[in-house]
Amino acid sequence: MSEPSTPTPMLELRGVMKRFGDKIVLDGVDIPVAKGRSLVIIGGSGQGKSVTLKIAIGLMAPDAGQVLVDGKDVTRLPQSERAAHNAQFGMLFQGAALFDSLTIWENVAFRLINADGVPRKLARERAVEALTRVGLAASVADLYPIELSGGMQKRAGLARAVVAAPQIIFFDEPTTGLDPINADVINDLIVEQVKRLGCTAVSITHDMASARKIGDEIAMLHKGKIVWRGPASQIDHSNNPYVDQFVNGRADGPIKVEL
Amino acid sequence: MNVVQAVGRSTLGLLRTAGSVAIFAGRGVSATFSAPWFGGQFLRQTVAIGYLSLPVVGLTAVFTGAALALNIYTGGGRFNAEQIMPQIVALGITRELGPVLAALMLAGRVSAAIAAEIGAMRATEQIDALQTLSTDPFRYLVAPRLLAAVLTLPLLTAVADIIGISGGFLVATSTLNFSGPLYVQNTWNFLTSWDITSGLIKASVFGFIVALMGAYHGYNASGGARGVGRATTHAVVSAAILIFAADYILTSLFSGK
Ligand SMILES: Nc1ncnc2c1ncn2[C@@H]1O[C@H](COP(=O)(O)OP(=O)(O)O)[C@@H](O)[C@H]1O
Ligand SMILES: [Mg+2]
Repeated sequence: MSEPSTPTPMLELRGVMKRFGDKIVLDGVDIPVAKGRSLVIIGGSGQGKSVTLKIAIGLMAPDAGQVLVDGKDVTRLPQSERAAHNAQFGMLFQGAALFDSLTIWENVAFRLINADGVPRKLARERAVEALTRVGLAASVADLYPIELSGGMQKRAGLARAVVAAPQIIFFDEPTTGLDPINADVINDLIVEQVKRLGCTAVSITHDMASARKIGDEIAMLHKGKIVWRGPASQIDHSNNPYVDQFVNGRADGPIKVEL
Repeated sequence: MNVVQAVGRSTLGLLRTAGSVAIFAGRGVSATFSAPWFGGQFLRQTVAIGYLSLPVVGLTAVFTGAALALNIYTGGGRFNAEQIMPQIVALGITRELGPVLAALMLAGRVSAAIAAEIGAMRATEQIDALQTLSTDPFRYLVAPRLLAAVLTLPLLTAVADIIGISGGFLVATSTLNFSGPLYVQNTWNFLTSWDITSGLIKASVFGFIVALMGAYHGYNASGGARGVGRATTHAVVSAAILIFAADYILTSLFSGK
């Protein structure tokens, strides 16, 4: 099922469990991701995709199991080491999560100014450069997030995620809420940026077009477990009833929609 | 469920909340005293919390001072002691009403705004984003607000003291036939520096409460827009109650009774 694991995965979740009250959301999730690969995790709404991502990036602690980054156990990293550790991550949030009190360029340059101590003038140049790379004009730099459309906010969020050249980049439902054309633009930009940076990418989505486009590999999360994992090209020949039902969007099959 | 159980459960709930507020406050305070500091955020908050609160605090103070003067004049009249009205007004304003009223206005204005802003940031994952951008939300969001409130509420209170006493002065000289210079002289000779300082110390503590309640409830908001609304209400109500409780405790400490 899973690929033969490379010497040291860049990112690995090992036996991760998470519950909220009585509800078990993750029930022993193992996800190694090799350096430079792009993994997409698919699954229905409420199956714990976002929780998986939050645990991987350290925004949430698992109840059991480990998170390893480049072989180092970072599951219970003290707050004091968190900031330095997070420097190797980039993340594009589902709703872009731009800071609405700051202009677009200040958003993009946030890490540079506030964590890396880059002078504002230089930080602005780098931010504008990153904005250009995601197809946003320099004139957008001085606008506030509220003045941008959803698609443009996602692009600005992408620029913010890549501006400091992260080692690992996370995408939470990058195309959700976008029209098909804008969604495809974002997919292309993601592929382009990940390739340019040569970084490891982990995305979650329930949009199959997006999963096929940005993933080298796809894993399916269902009922707290990874039920299938394979190369993106095999997604239509998985012989896995869960994957087949999900990919083809059928109401009947082993996945029961809970009402 | 019997009464004992109900009491026990709500006591435990209260203790749990007190514990998490204390931990939150500890993280906020330690973030205030260690680098990195966000000076820009601090200045922004100082303007929002201090400067922009001047009108409400000033208006509250002038009317309270005026009403207090009338009441004390009437009450004093029952003992033929109308003439000590200026002194009592000054004492009441500096020791009690200046800090408490300024703090209550800030509970409404500032606690609510802090809870709504931080709560909305929580709901839209902006706080998560801060963390992934290697920035501690306690340093970037909580500490500047705590510090700004602790430093500006005493200044606002000093303004409230002056305006409140002026309110008494206006009523006294315009309708109660007090001599202006005498009013000022009586007030000045009577007030001790401790009357004023103790009020300013109270104000600092109240400022901490105002910012802490806003930040705590906003930071822990959950459940989208409704959650933000709930956080705002809780922030204002809990700030107001804690201000009154702290006022009593500090007053009894200061008076040694
Ligand atoms: N902070 C939280 N507190 C309580 N329950 C949560 C929390 N975060 C997620 N959940 C629950 O965990 C489940 C999985 O959520 P999520 O990971 O967001 O799903 P999705 O696969 O749609 O991204 C949901 O039932 C959600 O209600
Ligand atoms: Mg999700």
